[in-house]
Amino acid sequence: MASSHSINGVGPIRVIRFATLLLVGGFLCHWGVVAGNDHWAYQRPSRPELPRLAKPEQAANAVDHFILDRLAKLGMAPSPLVKPGQQARRVFLDLVGRPPQPGEIDDFLANPNRREYARMVDRLLANPQYGEKWARRWLDLARYADSNGFQADQLRDSWAYRDWVIDAFNSGMPFKQFAIEQLAGDLLPGATTSQKIATGFHRTPTCNVEAGVHPESNRVNQVIDRVNTTGTVFLGATLECAQCHDHKYDPFSMRDYYRIFAFFNNTPLEVKQQGNGVTWDFYGPTINLPMPPGQEARRAELEEKISELKAAKRLSETLKREISKLSKEKNAIKPASTLVMKEMSEPRDTKIMLRGNYLAHGDSVAVGTPTVLHAYDKKLPPNRLGFAKWLVAPENPLMSRVTVNRWWAAFMGRGIVATQEDFGAQGEAPTHQGLLDWLAVEFVESGWSMKHIHRLIVTSRTYRQSSRVSRKHLEQDPANRYFARSPRVRMSAEMVRDSALAASGLLAHRMHGPPIYPPQPNGIWRHVGRNAPKFLAAKDENRFRRGVYVVWRRGAPYASFVNFDAPDRGACVVARPRTNTPLQALTLLNDEAYVEMAMAFAGRILAKPGLANDEQRIDFAFRVALTRPPRPVEVAYLNQLLGKREAALAAEPKAVRQLISGVKNWRMPAGVEAGDLAKWFTVANVLLNLDEAITKG
Amino acid sequence: MNPLHHHYLTESRREFIKHTGTGIGAVGLASVLNDRLFAAPAAGGQGDPLVLGQPHFAPRAKNVIYIHLVGGPSHLELFDYKPELVKRSGEKCPDDMFKGKQLAFIREHPKLLGTRFNFHRNGQGGLELSEHLPHLGSVADELAIVKTVKTEQFNHAPAQLFLHTGFERFGRPGIGSWVSYGLGTANRDLPGYVVMITGSVAGAGNSLWGSGFLPTLHQGVEFRSQGDPVLFLSNPKGITSQGRRDIVDGINFLNKTALADVGDPEIATRIAQYELAYRMQSSVPGLMDIKRETSATLEAYGAKLGATSLANNCLLARRLVEKGVRFVQLFDQGWDHHSGIFASIPKKARELDRPVAALIGDLRERGLLDETLIVIGAEFGRTPMLQGKSNGGTANNVGRDHHKEAYSMILAGGGVKGGISHGRTDELGYKPVENPVHIHDLNATILHLLGLNHEQLTYKVQGRHFRLTDVHGEVVKGILA
Repeated sequence: MASSHSINGVGPIRVIRFATLLLVGGFLCHWGVVAGNDHWAYQRPSRPELPRLAKPEQAANAVDHFILDRLAKLGMAPSPLVKPGQQARRVFLDLVGRPPQPGEIDDFLANPNRREYARMVDRLLANPQYGEKWARRWLDLARYADSNGFQADQLRDSWAYRDWVIDAFNSGMPFKQFAIEQLAGDLLPGATTSQKIATGFHRTPTCNVEAGVHPESNRVNQVIDRVNTTGTVFLGATLECAQCHDHKYDPFSMRDYYRIFAFFNNTPLEVKQQGNGVTWDFYGPTINLPMPPGQEARRAELEEKISELKAAKRLSETLKREISKLSKEKNAIKPASTLVMKEMSEPRDTKIMLRGNYLAHGDSVAVGTPTVLHAYDKKLPPNRLGFAKWLVAPENPLMSRVTVNRWWAAFMGRGIVATQEDFGAQGEAPTHQGLLDWLAVEFVESGWSMKHIHRLIVTSRTYRQSSRVSRKHLEQDPANRYFARSPRVRMSAEMVRDSALAASGLLAHRMHGPPIYPPQPNGIWRHVGRNAPKFLAAKDENRFRRGVYVVWRRGAPYASFVNFDAPDRGACVVARPRTNTPLQALTLLNDEAYVEMAMAFAGRILAKPGLANDEQRIDFAFRVALTRPPRPVEVAYLNQLLGKREAALAAEPKAVRQLISGVKNWRMPAGVEAGDLAKWFTVANVLLNLDEAITKG
Repeated sequence: MNPLHHHYLTESRREFIKHTGTGIGAVGLASVLNDRLFAAPAAGGQGDPLVLGQPHFAPRAKNVIYIHLVGGPSHLELFDYKPELVKRSGEKCPDDMFKGKQLAFIREHPKLLGTRFNFHRNGQGGLELSEHLPHLGSVADELAIVKTVKTEQFNHAPAQLFLHTGFERFGRPGIGSWVSYGLGTANRDLPGYVVMITGSVAGAGNSLWGSGFLPTLHQGVEFRSQGDPVLFLSNPKGITSQGRRDIVDGINFLNKTALADVGDPEIATRIAQYELAYRMQSSVPGLMDIKRETSATLEAYGAKLGATSLANNCLLARRLVEKGVRFVQLFDQGWDHHSGIFASIPKKARELDRPVAALIGDLRERGLLDETLIVIGAEFGRTPMLQGKSNGGTANNVGRDHHKEAYSMILAGGGVKGGISHGRTDELGYKPVENPVHIHDLNATILHLLGLNHEQLTYKVQGRHFRLTDVHGEVVKGILA
């Protein structure tokens, strides 16, 4: 790979910032910057003192000191706290990825004070849905998918890795351990099954098994992907720029690149020839997962029966048939497997690849790490495990900063360093370096606790302020760099779906296991694939499970997710774009899956006991979908709409029947009238399509 | 970031907010939102704008119809006649065509394979074309055949990615997305980049029209010939068009209430997108309905009502371009002839020949050919060497392997010199001997014809300004009119 750097005037000029420009234009100016060793991001962070505030009582915790101090200096004011209902909704969406349901936030709404809020936060951090919510972001970084990519794009099993990520977040695994196990769990002494499963992190790269593939070329591409992804995820560094030549802006040499490459260069080929021909298949190290106890017992039982039968003196035909039947059943009970990393006994000789070409070899290089960063402890082994331990060393100036910055961006809509994927000279400078460093140090000193940092952010006053956008905001800081308000951001594809499932009452909470196949239009999978598997839409509760479990076929990801900016996961994605398109409107209005959710939501409203009239039903529907009571103008409008629809539907009994029978696998709740259902479907469809319903604000 | 574009984007929104302060009802939403955007950016965008929206210099073409022949058709049977290859057919190929070369299927030293088809000269330019392309022959004076296209990949998925994105792995935007990013769309009721498919796209699949690191609004939107023409376009059964109108009105009313309350310009955009979605529900099916064409037109293309065919898609492409869709891409499967090549080419050529010739003629008649660039291409060509039994084919059913050194692509229409052949391959059709055109050159040329400088069309991500052409690419001046 060659790279293009079209910035002019490369020279050793430091970052120049114009505070006034920042305020007027709302953007940073960079002038052909090259990072030297003294670039801020390569200095180990130390805990800064908290800025002193004129009104310290305004700050809920350390986070606010930095934010409020900066706002005061810019002559800006923070926003007031948001209303309790919206506060609960926001923190539910951020921590468990769906809106609260009635009954879940009563304690807080009754006493919306700081203590009750903190208790609610603690409950959410302990909820297993927390791991399901946060796994999604990590899986984008890890480019996790259920297929190989490229022409064949066959499905492959590595969902145990996805479950490992969910469980790691839920169990509060220290991030240090989280990193080590994913990069080198297989090399830990006495590695457990779980630690091996974790290495699925780097078995996710795409793999080409097209006829005519050159296995070595495929392997090198995969190692390149591992090095680049590691650089992006753990160092916020664009190492890939040093693949063909020394990095033009950051102090990473081509030699540095291949020294890191050498750590990852010792796993086996992942394509193998089938027969003598040119057909290839995906393979590589896997491990069997422990079988569920029931299955294991059944297998043992069958084995015993078979040997008993075989012990008979004479095997009659009937007996033989019986044995064959039982053997078949026994053999069908196989453990599931998952992809893992495995080191070859003989490491490869790593050579610099001239111009990044895998056939053009330069000098041999030994493992090593970039000279600009902290030293590689001589006591560490010269392998992936040593590399992982080097990464998580407290001296590493990047990993803690890069990680807390990504989380901050997830909660606050933009990073303290806006270029989350690049902390080098071409990245943007941090808007609040003090806060970034404080959080980074706090993260390390808390024992690398992700939940601790998340708790700190969501209990800050900054997080809890209103997201209302005033004209002043748009004039002073349209991009909200200084966090004078909380952000309003459209939810991710998965959250849009999970939230609608929650509102409709359909959301199924079963965790873990093989991917699920919720309904999507026919023919989506036809674009790709040798021996293409069929997409068989689930008819059972699997179709209502959370988005993190939806099958991810790289050549054709789940259709409605694609419309909401989900990537194909062919490569590491740090931040998904957030667009606003008519295709999103069509998806929420018409996708079979969303039509079913709207129908179930209507059924839920009508079946809810104790609602005396339409006003109360509308009130209930708003609380379920939007976590707030409706405004009078909204009640009046929807009442009128219901009346209008009632009249229209009375004239179209066929439409009512079609609408309800069109929702195939769903059953109308007892005691609900078809006409009412069709009428309330309108309201349900409206509410699930609102900007507010798909936005965290 | 270009501050001017940033200003342009934010200004219309700020303007909108000013209006909303005095009451939303009075404001025509669509008129204050930027009409050139199919989708507006999310608030608080950073870095580059979501769309540039204007060419760098005066364009020669406004729209593109790009026909990709999936699998890689044989230039030797269709576009590049090699009598010497015919003469030496059956001989072992020269060493330098095999030894030390990377080939997809061929493993043993292969023989040369001459074409069994005749070629004819066509038009005033005397352009040579296969006997199986008679209709294209009739519009030969509109065509520029580039005979020396050179790629770097010889497997389908990487070669398709390389052709479309300038990079052989996943993660970068394709040329349609780049064009959408660079120019925006001319029709606010339709996406700027539309994809239609016959067969499947065996290879990189959807990633070819995914937007890579560009904002997702630049991804190609597939218009389908079966089921909904656009995913999720039709109302569920039992929702009448009045029912849908009521629902969209309800959504927009409540969204306006929210806008007045929280003031986020993003809500204004969403209101506009619901209106657009509603309009698409009626405009797209009409657009995709070829019943409205005359029987003479249907006949000229060989299009049939209700069929899924390249002929239908060519006709639809014209309809889309007429409506201002910037980039239409047609994928047609079935060109990967490892065996049975002499039986398959005539059949596939028939499916291609008449519709594309009709498309060119039709655009010309409507005065659209000058502003529409037509590209007919593929990920690679085929070897002059035979792929037979010992080389992974079948005994009598000969074919050709993937070939990256040289193959042909056709350009026609806006800004392209017609009736010419550009570049020359050697006497066996193996590699260029005159005017080689690398994929990056080709892509630079397509952008150039659209008024885009391929070195200036950049998007910054991960600290780099990425280009479609990486650090390469020279405009092929020889084919410019």
